[in-house]
Amino acid sequence: MNIVVCVKQVPDTWAERKLRSEDKTLDRESVDGVINELDEYAIEESLRIKEAHDGEVTVLTMGPEKAAESIRKALSMGADKAVHLVDDALHGSDVLQTSYAMAQVLRKIGFDVVILGSESTDARMGALAAMLAERLGVAQLSLANKVEIDGGTIRTQRVADYGFDRVEASLPAVVSVVEKINEPRYPSFKGIMAAKKKPVDKLGVADADIDAAKVGLTGAATEVVDFVAAPPREKGTIVKDEGDGGQKVAEFLASKKFI
Amino acid sequence: MDGPFIGGREVTVVLDYRLDEEREALRKTVEQFAREVVAPRAAELDESGEFPYDLVAQMGGMGLFGLPFPEEYGGMGGDYFALCLAIEELARIDSSVAITLEAAVSLGAMPIYRYGTEEQKREWLPRLASGEALGAFGLTEPGGGSDVAGGMRTRAELRGGEWVINGTKSFITNAGTDITQLVTVTALTGELSSGEREISAIMVPVPRSGFSVAKKYSKVGWHASDTREITLTDCRVPEENLLGGRGRGYAQFLSTLDEGRIAIAALAVGLAQGCLDESIKYAKQRQAFGQPIADFQAIAFKIADMEVRTHTARLAYYRAAEKMLRGEPMKREAAIAKLYSSEIAVTNAREATQIHGGYGFMNEFPVARHWRDAKILEIGEGTSEVQRILIARELGL
Repeated sequence: MNIVVCVKQVPDTWAERKLRSEDKTLDRESVDGVINELDEYAIEESLRIKEAHDGEVTVLTMGPEKAAESIRKALSMGADKAVHLVDDALHGSDVLQTSYAMAQVLRKIGFDVVILGSESTDARMGALAAMLAERLGVAQLSLANKVEIDGGTIRTQRVADYGFDRVEASLPAVVSVVEKINEPRYPSFKGIMAAKKKPVDKLGVADADIDAAKVGLTGAATEVVDFVAAPPREKGTIVKDEGDGGQKVAEFLASKKFI
Repeated sequence: MDGPFIGGREVTVVLDYRLDEEREALRKTVEQFAREVVAPRAAELDESGEFPYDLVAQMGGMGLFGLPFPEEYGGMGGDYFALCLAIEELARIDSSVAITLEAAVSLGAMPIYRYGTEEQKREWLPRLASGEALGAFGLTEPGGGSDVAGGMRTRAELRGGEWVINGTKSFITNAGTDITQLVTVTALTGELSSGEREISAIMVPVPRSGFSVAKKYSKVGWHASDTREITLTDCRVPEENLLGGRGRGYAQFLSTLDEGRIAIAALAVGLAQGCLDESIKYAKQRQAFGQPIADFQAIAFKIADMEVRTHTARLAYYRAAEKMLRGEPMKREAAIAKLYSSEIAVTNAREATQIHGGYGFMNEFPVARHWRDAKILEIGEGTSEVQRILIARELGL
């Protein structure tokens, strides 16, 4: 089984995240980079599939040089090798362009199943899995909280407001996962040491047959027109219980669609 | 070889206290584990005093109990310094979890690795290195303490191919958990020709007839760590359970302690750093007289001093660890690191509590827990007074 897990490096969610004033793109240099949290679940799931079915797990990352740290971590968790798509031409690519560039790499390296987190904590588009599946002409199984593979068939549970759907498709396929799917492992020291020796294939746009004109900030289909700092959090509402406290709580929960 | 040049001369040895990539990755991993998994549980464990079996299992899965042992014995192929880094990061959040790891590895498993026969190592290390089983070291006795040898009353006699052990051991970490499988005890096994008492170390697999543990002590701190009194009553183990040479028990124990001091220093640095982390967070967020208390110099200077102490203590234990890794004598450096870091841990805990004001006296605040957990660091693994004796002796006094 040839499993590819897509891993994105994002700014640490514990740190203050900023856009760069010069080109309105995310500032990835001044903060610590970490693996997008949902991608950690994708890595864990890919390792579990490998453990159950044999095969190989390849990490695919598109990002600047710094993203090599996240690749190393994915390898230390147990992935076998990695492909790092890194090129200045890719800077500022939006999700359409990213899906094009990553699909080109996936065509080149081949796959039975591609796994990724259902969204990233920085851009939060949540569209990459669908776009990859469309570009590659394979089935998309989104928002999975359970994945089973049986020969050439893949079955997942897709989470929904009302519970979940059972989804089935033939491989190859693209799967996006949610955080309820598993509990990602922490790398062991042995894994950390081993990661150093695992192969990382660095590709530029030319190596992956990516048309440089179709990626990058200038050709992006979307544009960040303006941005402002988030306003400070407003004070909460305090409701005094005057006999109708229960009702007020219920009204509040209903207004937020919790009940 | 390309090296740095100083005064036109190439030098090959430079000071470099940066962690290499692998150790930094390990440190970050444990930091993340402590923050995500241990921190949400710390207050509850402190209150209940329950031993955190699930956390220990997870730490076992991460290989923390096997850090300093070679892979052939089920270890991670790391070293003692890697263990110290893990202990420091755990102690930043919770000392009980950190001391459980420290005692299990450096007191429970390390003596087997250092002094065990090939057979003893093959039998015990894989289990201990995986964290599935815990080991303990029974040295201190009710009348012992700093006067370990003089206070020892536990005796072991060889009868019919078995050691028959009788005695009591105090304050033994990890002695009574459900997964404790080995307690190595020191005992008097005779008299040397010089007239000195012969002390040997004997491995006691548990549970076992003649071996019993009392209920957990009610301690000031380290609530979720398992600390027990042990009683051995005609407890019999096979003759080959002798660990190391007969009569070598005391010397072996002393060298175990030198290493252990570095690990305790790491734990103390972690606690000192935890106090610093909490104080910075609190001082920025707590308002008084219309501004965050961090804007008052009285508070900012306290925090700056906490950072200076923590930084200095960390350098001291890195230095001791560096000498240890190079196989050089490090008795003095280990004693300095242990003495200094344990005393500054107590100071930082006191200052952090002060910065937190009334809240710092509330048990659910991490700094209150750190304050209670800190004091033992000046006592265990050699008191501050013993460290000063060692340092003075090293200076020829």
